[in-house]
Amino acid sequence: MDLRLGLAGPPTDGEKAAVDSVLGDPESGWDGGTRTQRDGHMAVGGHQARGRRHLLLPALESLQERTGWVSPSGLDYLCTRLSVPPAEAYGVAAFYSLLRTDPSPPTVVHVCDDVVCLSQGAEDLCREMEARFGAEGRLDPETGVGWTRSPCLGRCEQGSAALLQRSSGPNGRTSLAPASADAIAALLGGTDPEWLPAAPVRTPPEQRRLLRRVGRVNPASLDSYRAWGGYQALRAALRMGPSAVVEELKRARLMGRGGAAFPTGAKWEAVAANPLRPHFFVCNADESEPGTFKDRVLLEQDPFAVLEALTIAGLATGSERGYVYIRGEYPEAAAGVARAVAEARRHGFLGPSVMGSDFNFEVEVREGAGAYIAGEETALFNSIEGKRPEPRNKPPFPTQAGLFGRPTGINNVETLVNVLEILTVGGEGYAQLGTSGSTGTRLFCVSGCVQAPGLYELEFGATLAQLLELAGGVPPGRSLRAVLLGGAAGSFVGPQDLGIRLTFEDTRAIGASLGSGVVLVLDDTVDLGAILRRLARFFRDESCGQCVPCRVGTVRQEELLARLSAGRTIGSVQAELQLLREIGAAMRDSSICGLGQTAATAIESAVRLGLLGGLEGSV
Amino acid sequence: MNGHRVALAAPRRLLTLTIDGREVKVPEGSTLLQACRQVGIDTPTLCYLENLTPVNVCRVCVVELEGSRTLVPACSRKAENGMVVSSDSERVRASRKLVLEFLASSVDLSLCAPEVSAWMSRYGADPARFGSPEPGNVDRDRTRPGEHSPVSQDGAATVAQPPKLDNDTYVRDYSRCILCYKCVEACGSDAQNTFAIAVAGRGFEARISTEFDVGLPDSACVYCGNCIGVCPTGALMFKSEFEMRQAGTWAPERQSVTTTICPYCGVGCNLELHVQDNSIVKVTSPLDHDVTLGHLCVKGRFGYRFVQSRE
Repeated sequence: MDLRLGLAGPPTDGEKAAVDSVLGDPESGWDGGTRTQRDGHMAVGGHQARGRRHLLLPALESLQERTGWVSPSGLDYLCTRLSVPPAEAYGVAAFYSLLRTDPSPPTVVHVCDDVVCLSQGAEDLCREMEARFGAEGRLDPETGVGWTRSPCLGRCEQGSAALLQRSSGPNGRTSLAPASADAIAALLGGTDPEWLPAAPVRTPPEQRRLLRRVGRVNPASLDSYRAWGGYQALRAALRMGPSAVVEELKRARLMGRGGAAFPTGAKWEAVAANPLRPHFFVCNADESEPGTFKDRVLLEQDPFAVLEALTIAGLATGSERGYVYIRGEYPEAAAGVARAVAEARRHGFLGPSVMGSDFNFEVEVREGAGAYIAGEETALFNSIEGKRPEPRNKPPFPTQAGLFGRPTGINNVETLVNVLEILTVGGEGYAQLGTSGSTGTRLFCVSGCVQAPGLYELEFGATLAQLLELAGGVPPGRSLRAVLLGGAAGSFVGPQDLGIRLTFEDTRAIGASLGSGVVLVLDDTVDLGAILRRLARFFRDESCGQCVPCRVGTVRQEELLARLSAGRTIGSVQAELQLLREIGAAMRDSSICGLGQTAATAIESAVRLGLLGGLEGSV
Repeated sequence: MNGHRVALAAPRRLLTLTIDGREVKVPEGSTLLQACRQVGIDTPTLCYLENLTPVNVCRVCVVELEGSRTLVPACSRKAENGMVVSSDSERVRASRKLVLEFLASSVDLSLCAPEVSAWMSRYGADPARFGSPEPGNVDRDRTRPGEHSPVSQDGAATVAQPPKLDNDTYVRDYSRCILCYKCVEACGSDAQNTFAIAVAGRGFEARISTEFDVGLPDSACVYCGNCIGVCPTGALMFKSEFEMRQAGTWAPERQSVTTTICPYCGVGCNLELHVQDNSIVKVTSPLDHDVTLGHLCVKGRFGYRFVQSRE
């Protein structure tokens, strides 16, 4: 490797401190420290330095958090430390929306204008922001505050949300929901109030399983968690042994809750059986599907449960190291989980000989930096490895070659927390819950035009109508137009579909999916055309750009919707709809990953439901 | 390729699969693309090259594989016993058509190899269906990830932008770039190990870039020109060719190609000197040459001007 370093000039003290806080102090002149006579006689770095490439993203995040941007000299110093080509490191930095590679104001406010907030008046908030803080996206370093529109921030039950990103003073990223220009200004003027997680769980305590402790356990206290029955499942797992745990999962017929509904037992078994070592297990907490907030609630309010389940996964799959990858928009969750890791380690629930057994397990918390695609499992591996989070072609599958090319298990937060329930009631007992094709309970993120938005835990088999009734239905005097099931990658269903049971098999039968559990309710006050155009913009903005069908297809889809809504069709409306179908088919058939493959699903379902009337009428 | 090399590896097991109803036998480890080509099925490729690791991003080589939910890229999918593959099904034709339309509507493909327009007519690709081309974004290199300017209601977004002229050897005209990653691979671990360029940004604004878009003289570039050698669209071009094209004097029909051996060192790289009107206008090396695999260094690639010196 032939790196050309030092061209951007020496780092400032602040930049050096930001990088060194992640990597430790440099050892010699070879990796950015002071050059001594000894350095002339021996070379340091090379493979050893590059072996720490996985610290690239944490160090970039540190530069952003402490200096407000990733500057040429800061990046150059980081590249010297890790022996990474600057062009590659820049390619990584320029991928994430929470990292900036141009000088920026010390405070940037990200205001959610994604589908849920849009249905609740996000445009009004954006107008307020513009009046108070100037034009959107004008991140002029001379002004103290800049603001930008953001994809879903995962606080949908609050109706509006903002993320403050600051590089001066004691506060870094802070979430705010519900958000208003006044509340944002107040937060900017003073210090942050102590973070009080909202408790939007609507299911009564006695009916909850996954959410049993939420709102009742003290998320910062291991003792409190144990008082609520914590770590009994891990104790049972250690007693049963790895293969018996996998057997219980298979008996429970647990299916992944991240969107793909893959049988969890089979996944764990494949990792466990792979002779290649070491194995890894990743908890995917990059929850970014618009309208989804269930994992955030679990991470913020029951972090030890996530860790206990991850430890069981590590045990069952023969992994020595686990990762929790949390999206950068959830700073409070990441801080809480990191605290929980330290606490669990201090008390022997993580680290060498877990709970006195011969099983060793370490957990690292990694934060994303603003990229929906990093939630795709192979993109997530690349993100941890310090590469651009571009999805990999499959096969090979993660169980064969995952993180660092090793057999890797990866599950979403909700899926993992189900494991605790399975080991508590047994696989057979768990399989009694729900329907034959969908066992257990499911978390539903109900948002939009309902009287009681929030998180609902229901046994599989309940109908959409029942769920909406629990949520109070649409406000009086309004009528239901459509429900977006499963998030941006899901699909719309109409009032005629309310009788559908919310199970994997029943939704599949009507060409829909439960996805990540999103139930976004839209009534007749909502501009559906604007919702569809926002979905199209979302996919265009979040496409990684690697493969042609997704990179260009998402643009053509957005343009086509803009033409339809402006009444400037090329040829007839019918011809445009035919073209829309062709674009969708090509994206679905030939994109590398799930993003491109589902980028047209919701929009196509809206066309089928005849929601286009709203689309044509709205400008 | 490499037919005259002595085979040192153990003989490989033969796999049997079916492509378009025909039984095909290929050695274990072969890709579906190799299998297609073995039986003479013309399969379009853009990001694939024999001497680079497949990145399977252009998706123009997709084929239908029985049992697979989506189409699969022939260039990287390994053949397996019993696979049933269609290379010309309706789904395959539709996807290839759209992929070609997506590219042709957003990128200037006018300097691509003639096969590309042949594929476009084979699949009936009509890029004008998406509207007239938009002028492009002059600030592409500064676009923040996840943001884009309001979408056009009339035309089709393009990657149009002015060419980058920042050195004496070659020109980067990214309005012709289809983002096939070949130049990144050739600059990186597949050939040169210089890593001067990488992909930056994301989505439609993803682009080939040095760090912070600095000019090549301020980057790690060593001017080996191996990126030019692998570029399928003319986005990377000898400055001599670029200037002649601008002046209207570029005339491939008047060019001859002379194969010789580079005079500089003892490695023995084969050079192909492209000569027009008694002047060397560009230098390439054969992809299947044992020593170079098509790659050269700055001296072989650009150090030819002394030949024409009268002093």
